[in-house]
Amino acid sequence: MGLISSTHSISRYHIEGKFEGSAAEEVRNNLIAYSIPKLESEFDALSAGWTPFESPYNPDFDKFSIQFGTFFLFSLRVDKKSIPVRLVQKYMALEIEKKMEKSGREFISKNEKTEIKEMVMDLLMHKIPAVPSVYEVLWNYEEQNLYLFTTQKAANELFETLFFKSFKLKPIRLFPYTLVETKSAFSNSDKDRIFSLAPLKYTR
Amino acid sequence: MLDIATAYNKYTFLGNDFLTWIWFSIETQTDFSALLGSKDVITLEIGNSIVLENKLGDKSKEKITIKGDEAGLEEGTTALKKGAWVTQINLNCKINEDEYKFTIKGESYNITGLKTPKTDLSKTGDEIEGLVLEKAFFCFRVFEIMDTLFLKYLDQRIADDWNHKGLQDIKNWIGSV
Repeated sequence: MGLISSTHSISRYHIEGKFEGSAAEEVRNNLIAYSIPKLESEFDALSAGWTPFESPYNPDFDKFSIQFGTFFLFSLRVDKKSIPVRLVQKYMALEIEKKMEKSGREFISKNEKTEIKEMVMDLLMHKIPAVPSVYEVLWNYEEQNLYLFTTQKAANELFETLFFKSFKLKPIRLFPYTLVETKSAFSNSDKDRIFSLAPLKYTR
Repeated sequence: MLDIATAYNKYTFLGNDFLTWIWFSIETQTDFSALLGSKDVITLEIGNSIVLENKLGDKSKEKITIKGDEAGLEEGTTALKKGAWVTQINLNCKINEDEYKFTIKGESYNITGLKTPKTDLSKTGDEIEGLVLEKAFFCFRVFEIMDTLFLKYLDQRIADDWNHKGLQDIKNWIGSV
């Protein structure tokens, strides 16, 4: 687990807006609504959803708490099926051979190859289990700060999409520009000065 | 507020310039506790890696990576003299007796490989909440320090005397190493 492991990689967000009702209830209800399905879908190459911090493989929000001190803590789980290229090659070769034997021809057309590939991909997609990745989310609701324990671009993008879909609150990634815009006490005129700066040149 | 993707690309230099300033501040023995207005004794040192970039005309870029626990940083300062800027830096931060090690990237402000002080709390049972809160506190301390330094840097950067003082000091340091 990222948060309690010995090293951490962290990206940060400013959460725009607040709930009208009780934050604890809104967060819990929306986590449940968008939790990762308990049973893996045979057909999806990728699925993402929320799961309790203490129970990444069983999304039971009734059993496990999401409140740790003044924070909400839960995990984003991403289940991804990836089919190794060599496995596709193997099944393709076997299916092509079968097709040629059946038809009595010594070649198969490009269209037939495409069909075989689609069939092989479908077959393997059903057979192969998804590999889960779990990323913790620590949310300081009152201060509108959120910490995602990963810096992987794909995970960040999935998180941003799912978070907005779940809570209808926009997560704004914190980097130099947004840090000044959302977390600094600079006046508007100081912000204007900062945003009109140009890269420094250190050479004489 | 600007579109996020546009702002990210347009102001990448702010983070990179900040990291160059951090390196300069470390090398010129800045009192970070005083700068941060902290009662804690806070020190920063360059850790085991630093990455710089330089434009080589058109769209090509030169990347200079220095790695190793006791690595000399001469190639880095030579690159600065040629117009390069720091894009990523590994730092050792000490707050009183607590040690933190991490890498920070200028453009994204992401923190990777963060090692926080050791904790005696266990990952199981009743102590899990305490462990989470302690770990969170450690992580927040690092962000608090880096954010405050970044905002202090911007304060200096928009000050009227920046060109005569701040920038000149960095140029003098680069020229002297």
